[in-house]
Formats: sequence, C-alpha cells, structure tokens
Amino acid sequence: MSNQTQNAPRRSAPGDWPQVRTVGVDGLLVSFGNSLSEPANRAALAFRAALDTSTPDGIEETSTSLVSTYLRFDPLHTDHKELRGKVQAMLDRQDWYKASLPSGRRAWRIPTVFGTDLAPQLDEAAAAAGLTRDEAITSISESRVRVQTIGFAAGQPYLGELDPAWDIPRQKALTDRVPEGALTVAIRQLVLFSVSTPTGWRHIGQTAFRLFRPESDTPFVLRPGDEVRFDPVSRERLAAMQDDPDGGATSKVLT
Amino acid sequence: MSGGLIVHRAGPSLTLQDLGRPGYLGFGLSRGGAADRLALAEGAALLGQGDDLAALEMAGMGGDFEAAQDLRIALTGAPMRAAIDGTRIAWNASHALPQGAKLTIGGAETGSYGYLHVGGGFTAPQQLGSCSAHLASGLGTLVQAGTQLDIAQDHAPGMVNRLLPVNSRFEGGEVRVVPSLQTDFFPESEVARFEETDFKRDAKGSRMGVRLTSDDIGFHSDAGLSVLSEVVVPGDIQITGDGTPFVLLSECQTTGGYPRIASVLPCDLPKVVQASPGASLRFRFISLDEAITAERHATAHRKALRGMLAPLVRSPHDIRDLLAYQLISGVTAGDEL
Repeated sequence: MSNQTQNAPRRSAPGDWPQVRTVGVDGLLVSFGNSLSEPANRAALAFRAALDTSTPDGIEETSTSLVSTYLRFDPLHTDHKELRGKVQAMLDRQDWYKASLPSGRRAWRIPTVFGTDLAPQLDEAAAAAGLTRDEAITSISESRVRVQTIGFAAGQPYLGELDPAWDIPRQKALTDRVPEGALTVAIRQLVLFSVSTPTGWRHIGQTAFRLFRPESDTPFVLRPGDEVRFDPVSRERLAAMQDDPDGGATSKVLT
Repeated sequence: MSGGLIVHRAGPSLTLQDLGRPGYLGFGLSRGGAADRLALAEGAALLGQGDDLAALEMAGMGGDFEAAQDLRIALTGAPMRAAIDGTRIAWNASHALPQGAKLTIGGAETGSYGYLHVGGGFTAPQQLGSCSAHLASGLGTLVQAGTQLDIAQDHAPGMVNRLLPVNSRFEGGEVRVVPSLQTDFFPESEVARFEETDFKRDAKGSRMGVRLTSDDIGFHSDAGLSVLSEVVVPGDIQITGDGTPFVLLSECQTTGGYPRIASVLPCDLPKVVQASPGASLRFRFISLDEAITAERHATAHRKALRGMLAPLVRSPHDIRDLLAYQLISGVTAGDEL
C-alpha cells in the first residue's frame, strides 16, 4: 500500500481545507471540507466554473459533488504533479469559500404527496428524526432547500440543508426500488429520484416531476443553486398532474 | 427500410454500444458505453475502422441475425458459439456476411460480454451525442427480435478473414488497483485483508457493476452510513452497508455514499467486466506511477492491434460449399494497406 499518506485527508485537522486528492488513475478531487456546509458547496461550484473557464491543458471533464470539484484528465498527456501544481495555483488565487452562487438560479415549487402508500417510509423517517408525522411534513415542506449538486443519476438533485433533526443515517439494507419522482431523506438532505432505482434513502414523498428529459432541448431540468420547496398535495391532485412533465411544478428566476 | 442487419432472435440483453457520452458527469449522467472498451478497439482493428463506431454488445448470449445487404462482421469479447449458415466461424476474427446469410451466435463459452461489429458500424438515433444504450437512465433500448439495425457506409469492404490473437481476459485472475480518495476510510488491516482475499465474481452483475463474493466476512469501514456522497468513477470498488464489495462499471452512478476501498486500473477493468460468473479475482495495490506506466502500455497495445492481425486460415473441411467460393478474385481490395 504505497500512496496512503498522499491520499489521507480524513484525520487532518480542520483548517487543512481545501485538499486535493486523486480519484482512480485519471482524476483529481478538490474538496472544500469533509462535511456539508454552505460555503464549501459554493466554493466547489465556483471552482468548477473557474476550471471550465480557464481549462488547464489536459482536462477532459469536470463536475461537482456536494463540497468537491472533480476533474478528469489524460494522465498520459499531463502528469499528476504538473496538474496538481496548476490546480493548487488556482486554489491560492482567491478565497473560494466567499464565492457567490451561480447566476440564473431559479426557485421551484414542486407538488408532493407526503406518506400514503405512494411514499411508505414517512412514518419511519419521522420516528428516526424524533418527529411526529405532521411535524415531519411541516418541517420538510416549509424548508426552502437548495440544489447542492446533481448526481448519482441523470438530472438527480441532492437538496439541503434540512434541520439538524434530519441528521438520520441511510438504511443499512437497500430498498429494492423507489419510483421516478420519489422524494427521499437522509443526513439532512433530500434526494429527488430521476429514475427508478434501489436506494438506502427513506422514501417520504412522491412527485410527478421529470428531472431528465433526453428528448428535450434542456434534458437536465434542475441546476446546482436552484431553490426548491415541496408543497404538500393530495394523491388526487398529484394523479391529475401525471401527464405534465413538470408534475405541476412552477419556477421563477431568482434575482 | 432495406439493408442493415435483421435480428430474428435476441438474447436477453443486447444493446448498441460505442464509447459512450463523456461530458455529462456534472449532470449526473455517467459516460456509459461498451462495458469492455478493449473489445471495441479489437473489433475496430479487425475491420480497419475507427473504434468510435457502435457495436452490438451481447451480455451472456447472442442471437440469430440475417444480413439484409452484403456485410463484413467481426466478433470480439467473450467467445460465443457462432456460425454462418450453419458453419462454425472463428471468434476474434472478421468474416464476410453476404446478403441473405444467417448468422447465429449462442451463449458465452467463457466470459460475459460478446461483441458483434459490422463494417461501417451500426447507426441509431443519437441522444446526447451517442447511440449507446444507457438503460439505467432511460436512454436507448434493448435490441429485440424483429428489429432491423441500420449500418453506416463501410469504407473498407474488401477486408475480411482476419484473425486477431487475443490474450484471454475471461477467467479472472489478478487485477491491479490504486488507492483512491476513500481508501483511508478503511483501517489498514481491512485494506490488507481485502488484498489477500480470494473473491469470486457473483452471477449477479450488470453494466452498472459486479458483485464480489468471498468466504470471508464483509469489509468494515470507519465511515459508517453517514458519509457524504462523493464522486464515483468506473473501476471504483464500493463497499455496501453489509460489507460486500461491488466493482462499478461504465454505467455506474456518478456519485455515491458507500465508501470505496480502491479503484481498478482502466486497463484492467475488462478483466473484471469479462470474468465469467464464479471466476476468481484478486486485487493488488500498485502505486500511481506504476498505474500510469501500465496505462501507457495498454494504450500502446491498443494502437498496435492492427499490426497483429493474421490471415484467418480455414480448413477446406470446414467449408461446406467450397466450389461456390470465388477462390481467385476478391482476396484483397488492395486498399487496406
């Protein structure tokens, strides 16, 4: 096991961020923290935007996760040391934690059925958070959460941050399948599923919102930085919105 | 529509695959594309064309096909029992498939994914710059019986009956890995145990990933179930909540919350992809520098494939209708060098 030290960020003291680590053979990850925070999330988004603008030679693709910026490059063309040096120089250029959010953000309202047989884990999730079912619905639906990253599946948002009560772990065993449009919760975050898939997150709400529309000019609907509220509706109202790709959702540009 | 390749019978998991869709990671869409990229390069070498053309990927089982026009084909990846009009044909080779000829491809004799390439490559409507099916994201569809697949113009129509000597990558063996961003979430003793464990490729597997089983207990990380979701790349070995390793493949998720103990070298990934169900796999950590050297060798190998082609020698006994063959002309189109 060589390279262990180079890849060992976890036991570092706070204040050692941002950190640059390798991802596989051909990737670098610039992390702005080891837990989710609003400044770290903004830093990751801003750093990716800067990479995409100045594109150091050899970079093939970039993305962000919650508090990190990822870049893939061709290690046969640009060596790790050289690229790390360029990335570090960019990091040193400014205080990325003070970067502003991306422009053109929107505020969405997405009709959601909480609980019922459509979203069978509401009670279980509420109990894990120490809330009654009604308190849970109020807490989630009154939170204005932000798209912190798009990931896991096409167009799929991680949203946060919820009240500390929602710092509940993922399930140990996977749920076999949640449907497209499922609203799920864990670790103070919501994930709205863009595909039907197995997951360890608890299924607490159901929407009719299509997040990935490959046939459309804008195949990926939500963007990092967008704000979302999940408005409680009845099963009947949701059923009436099934044919609308937006599932009754509305949006306006944030200024 | 006329021309192309008619699919009369289809195995359960046939899809068109090319090199996939790089560039959408930030939108949550993994690159996808052929599970075994080396097989794409081998097919391209056999047919004298680019490795960016789409081929038919056949998981475990092929199908029955008919040429609706004169075609050239090449077969790569997991060897399957294949015949043209009832006469057995060689794998890792290119063949003529004249209009009306029937091609049958059976189950994999070893390995997991076989590939059928055609001269010119298959064409299908592109979505986000590729015609690869990415079923997990709802892109593309399974190729089913009754389909007629379109084929683009073949630019080297004379070049057939070539054989490509291929090292087997279907029986598992040693796979090289590098430490990755979360290797350190695991105690050193667990990482060492991982390296010492004999794994078997589980029969459960898909283009998203393959599960590894062993007689040993599951692997434990200090990270628990509350670690932040972080970027995932193909080759990552994810340890799920019950301690089971999964090697993630081309159609994997783009981020994930289960910690990853190591990452397989891209050039060794075909070995994991293609391991037959039940084949043994062992993982060995190497340094990043060694990994780059290995990738350099693999790239050189892919570039050298064209120079490794040999004429496909067929025994006259295997040629049922010998007298029907044009034995003099058409041996070479003269434009393939």
